[in-house]
Amino acid sequence: MTTDTLPARYAPTEVVSHAEHEEKLMFGFWLYILSDCILFSGLFATYAVIGHNTAGGPSGYDLFDLRYALVETMLLLFSSISYGIAMIAMKGDKRSQTLFWLVVTALLGLGFILMEFHEFHDMILAGNGPQRSGFLSAFFTLVGTHGAHVSFGLLWMVVMMFQVVRKGLTAPVQSRLLRLSLFWHFLDIVWIGVFSVVYLMGVAT
Amino acid sequence: MLGNLSLSSIPYHNPIIMGAVGFSILVGLIIVGTITYYGKWGYLYKEWFCSVDHKRIGVMYIVLAMIMLLRGFADAIMMRAQQAIAVGSNPGYLPPEHFDQIFSAHGTIMIFFVAMPFMIGLLNIAVPLQIGARDVAFPFLNSVSFWTAAISAILIMISLGIGEFSQAGWTGYPPLSELPNDPGTGVDYWIWAIQISGIGSLMTGINFMVTILKLRAPGMTLMKMPVFTWTALCASALIVLSFPMLTVTLALLTMDRYLGMHFFTAGHGGNLMMYTNLFWTWGHPEVYLLMVPAFGVFSEVVPTFSGKRLYGYTSMVWATIAIALLSFVVWLHHFFTMGASANVNAFFGITTMIIAVPTGIKLFNWIFTMFRGRVQFHSAMYWTLGFIIAFTVGGMTGVLLSIPGADYQLHNTELLVAHFHNMLIPGAVFGYFAGYTYWFPKAFGFKLNERWGKRAFWGWMIGFLLAFMPLYALGLMGMPRRMDHYANPAWHPYLVVAFIGAVFILGGVIAQIIQLVVSIRERNENRDLTGDPWNGRTLEWATSSPPPYFNFARLPAVHQLDEFCHMKSAGTAYQPADKFFDIHMPKNTPAGFFIGMLCFAFGFAMIWHIWWLALASVFGVITTVIIRGSEDEPEYVVPASELESSQARRLKQVATVEPTASSCNDDGDDSEGAYTAA
Amino acid sequence: MKQHRFRKLRTLLLLGTTLLLGGCGKQWILLHPAGPIAAHEKNLILTAWWLMVLVALPVFVLTIWFAWHYRASNKKANYQPNWDFSWSVDALIWVLPLVGVAILAFLCWTSTQSLAPYKPIASKKAPVEVDVVAFDWKWLFIYPKQHIATVNQLVIPVGHPINFKLTSDTVMTSFFIPEMGSQIYAMSGMRSRLNLIADKPGTYHGQNMQFSGRGYADMNFKVLAKQDAGFQDWVASVQKSDKKFDMTALAQLQKRTIANPVAHYGSVKPQMFQTILDQYRYSHHDGNRPGA
Repeated sequence: MTTDTLPARYAPTEVVSHAEHEEKLMFGFWLYILSDCILFSGLFATYAVIGHNTAGGPSGYDLFDLRYALVETMLLLFSSISYGIAMIAMKGDKRSQTLFWLVVTALLGLGFILMEFHEFHDMILAGNGPQRSGFLSAFFTLVGTHGAHVSFGLLWMVVMMFQVVRKGLTAPVQSRLLRLSLFWHFLDIVWIGVFSVVYLMGVAT
Repeated sequence: MLGNLSLSSIPYHNPIIMGAVGFSILVGLIIVGTITYYGKWGYLYKEWFCSVDHKRIGVMYIVLAMIMLLRGFADAIMMRAQQAIAVGSNPGYLPPEHFDQIFSAHGTIMIFFVAMPFMIGLLNIAVPLQIGARDVAFPFLNSVSFWTAAISAILIMISLGIGEFSQAGWTGYPPLSELPNDPGTGVDYWIWAIQISGIGSLMTGINFMVTILKLRAPGMTLMKMPVFTWTALCASALIVLSFPMLTVTLALLTMDRYLGMHFFTAGHGGNLMMYTNLFWTWGHPEVYLLMVPAFGVFSEVVPTFSGKRLYGYTSMVWATIAIALLSFVVWLHHFFTMGASANVNAFFGITTMIIAVPTGIKLFNWIFTMFRGRVQFHSAMYWTLGFIIAFTVGGMTGVLLSIPGADYQLHNTELLVAHFHNMLIPGAVFGYFAGYTYWFPKAFGFKLNERWGKRAFWGWMIGFLLAFMPLYALGLMGMPRRMDHYANPAWHPYLVVAFIGAVFILGGVIAQIIQLVVSIRERNENRDLTGDPWNGRTLEWATSSPPPYFNFARLPAVHQLDEFCHMKSAGTAYQPADKFFDIHMPKNTPAGFFIGMLCFAFGFAMIWHIWWLALASVFGVITTVIIRGSEDEPEYVVPASELESSQARRLKQVATVEPTASSCNDDGDDSEGAYTAA
Repeated sequence: MKQHRFRKLRTLLLLGTTLLLGGCGKQWILLHPAGPIAAHEKNLILTAWWLMVLVALPVFVLTIWFAWHYRASNKKANYQPNWDFSWSVDALIWVLPLVGVAILAFLCWTSTQSLAPYKPIASKKAPVEVDVVAFDWKWLFIYPKQHIATVNQLVIPVGHPINFKLTSDTVMTSFFIPEMGSQIYAMSGMRSRLNLIADKPGTYHGQNMQFSGRGYADMNFKVLAKQDAGFQDWVASVQKSDKKFDMTALAQLQKRTIANPVAHYGSVKPQMFQTILDQYRYSHHDGNRPGA
């Protein structure tokens, strides 16, 4: 291949656009979500394997209150919706509205965590703690890991509220809120898995 | 206040352990003393510990790997010495509980703190340069990853002198690793060291996937990426997909040990078979992701030192992807003898042997790269040729073990030990050493001494053969692995030969240390002024050695595979750029170092049940992450003028020497297949 | 330098010869099977091995040949820096491993079916049942039909299929008699099975293959394969022993011992194997306590 013009030695431009920068962060965060999915799949698999090993102790049928879990589910689902509204407000550059819906989301999330805490508390006091059987170990670990994720999400949300107040809806703050949104919806989806596999199937058998 | 920690946790009554501790402290003191004497602490802290530069992080990873290699190798030679002595009524010099800690530490260290950091170090040094990028996608995360690996290695070193290490093997199978069977701190050291470093590795995996998929120079499509970058991408994907399973497995074992749960306990609804499944769904991809980047190194070394294109680039890439995917469907071959049905065993046996197809194709591709080439016997090429020969034997025994009927007899014998060392020493370690030799001048600006490099190769190669070929024989004699003593005198001569092999490897290791010292002393005679010491083909050779902190004054444009080679033949390789841009570079930060130190405090506190310290360090990590995460300007601007003068300096330096001529030419297509078809 | 290389070569040759000569010796017990299962496995190992040697041979030959022939100093050798693909070469390097693996996969599938450890061995002679329990760090063998039990000694009749049921009263272990064939894990709360047969009388070595702690290296036993009459005599002699294997004896065995001497129990409390299994039985899918 003999050509008169030599191939360009250097890149035509080197200005990294904001969109490219965002894309990089978002893609990295998606990969993290993917790895977290695998983490949860490991916990779900564990639950599937030893979830029936009650070692003479109570089973899910004896322990779970479906209505209680349904309320928890609703709290989390509504928190996803309210976070969605916060994002719409953010796109419209409405700072106080964004803040308001973030607070609503955080309160719903907090309600979920408190309900879960209460459920755990009662089970442990009744002698059905995670030490009781393989089933309960798997239950507490799966549900607790999700709860820990939600708690971290709440902490993150509080930090973001401070940032919205102090910095306003700047580009970096918006980008962080978007990633938190991804995280929050992801936890919602995981919870739907928990609700179906642990509570619904637990009560059904 | 100090949890379970007390003075009696220090095994000062054991002379062997105290000797090792004393030696480690002595080496530590010499290093600390030297740094203090030269007044380099400030420099080291600011320029290295706080650095987010991928090249420096890469160097630190490899330094860590080499230090830990000395420890892991010391364990190995102690085991070989024990088995060479402890025949018949002779109990040897190590009591069983000490021998058991040594083999557990050896495996853990070699996998997590030698192979992983060495591999990640090479990725750090080479990948951003190969794809024409200025750094990795998340430089700060990179620093955190390194520090989690470093402090985990320190945790393991500390287990030598405070408390003890695990006696349950590097795989930590329960119920042996459960509290009733191992009530000491050993398993906890093992858990927290690999848990913390594992999370760091996961971050590395994400980081490099984003780097490779998002930061390539303009024009570099996926099928124009260097093969090493391809293997780095596959290894990173394997990390992202497999390491969460390790996190889960260890977390569940932690729950059993710390909170009395029943995941893997005998009774109470636990299921120990679940552990082996969970562990190996991570473990098998893990050993592959250690080897795949080594394959990448060979794919760079062979074409470079054959002065020729790589044979079958496309099949090489697809073979790598195939190996990566297949690594997820073979895990059950680690426990064919657990009583699974014949169909299940046969299925996993066949998936395992299928891996031999892409691997075999890779081997032939390297061989046919030499065909019609001009092969220079550089030490990097020695490691490669040694690898091809030795690895083929390892592959054959691997296929043998993949047949369940054969595995029923060979499982857990010394033949298995010989097999996986025969995969990982040539397949990973030799590759890393080749990469170390190959990229050393890029990282430091001068070449390694060849004579000592070749001596190191012969020490390792002969040592490897002497140490592991007898183990194959012992496997056929039915000798189980992990024996601290044995009655059968027929095994003894073979174990003596294996010990002699370990001594040869020691010679190789010493040769490598001498090589480093000699190379540093003679650095002025071996300077690499062009940045292209081997007549290289890929973009890392298109910048100076060592590269400036921003890697390239102007990012290259890519038109085809082996772009730099084509630049050289087109005569554009050293062409000055006419236009420069202001660029953004990440600021150095101590946050990664702090997070590492806090993780260390956390790990140590968890091992010794010092709950207040554990809580405080978790709080510290979260606070550091929040502060760092809220920072809006983690980058600063490098003005175009600085880039321009940097390039001018480089071109002036290149002009003082004759740049290496290239054998890449674009004239026509003399191959049967089209080179650019990909 | 030349002399140097020669010395290395000599060392390698010496080693190779030692290994090859050693191959004839009796200590290579995997190559001297004492039963049809082990014989089948030996043949499988050797067949697979030589098949792979055939496939891998080109790798060794071509590596050395190409590296040497195309060395940089050999200016007579053809040099084509842009040659990077050929359909004929590619066909060869795909077909060779593919055919090798296809044959091996067939071998793998058929041999795994016929060597399945749980599959009973067809024989004219009546099978003998042996229940195996691993302890720290010794083996217990219960002969449920003969109502006897032994520790660290397994006596079997030649030519009779031995139908093992295995469990562990400690950590995971692996039960292996190399000269007779397959090993299998013994795990607490679980019952695995193994079917083996000895076709000539003799004394064989049995051992635990799965590392199980401090006493692991000494966790082995002798296997005595006797003709029918010898076996019957041995059973009768053990039955004379007044030691009984019951809960007290079990508690005794549960204590950790290393290199436990051989012991014989003249009688065995019924269902002892099941009792040992039941200690952990809540590992499995059952919510009901027995009798609850």
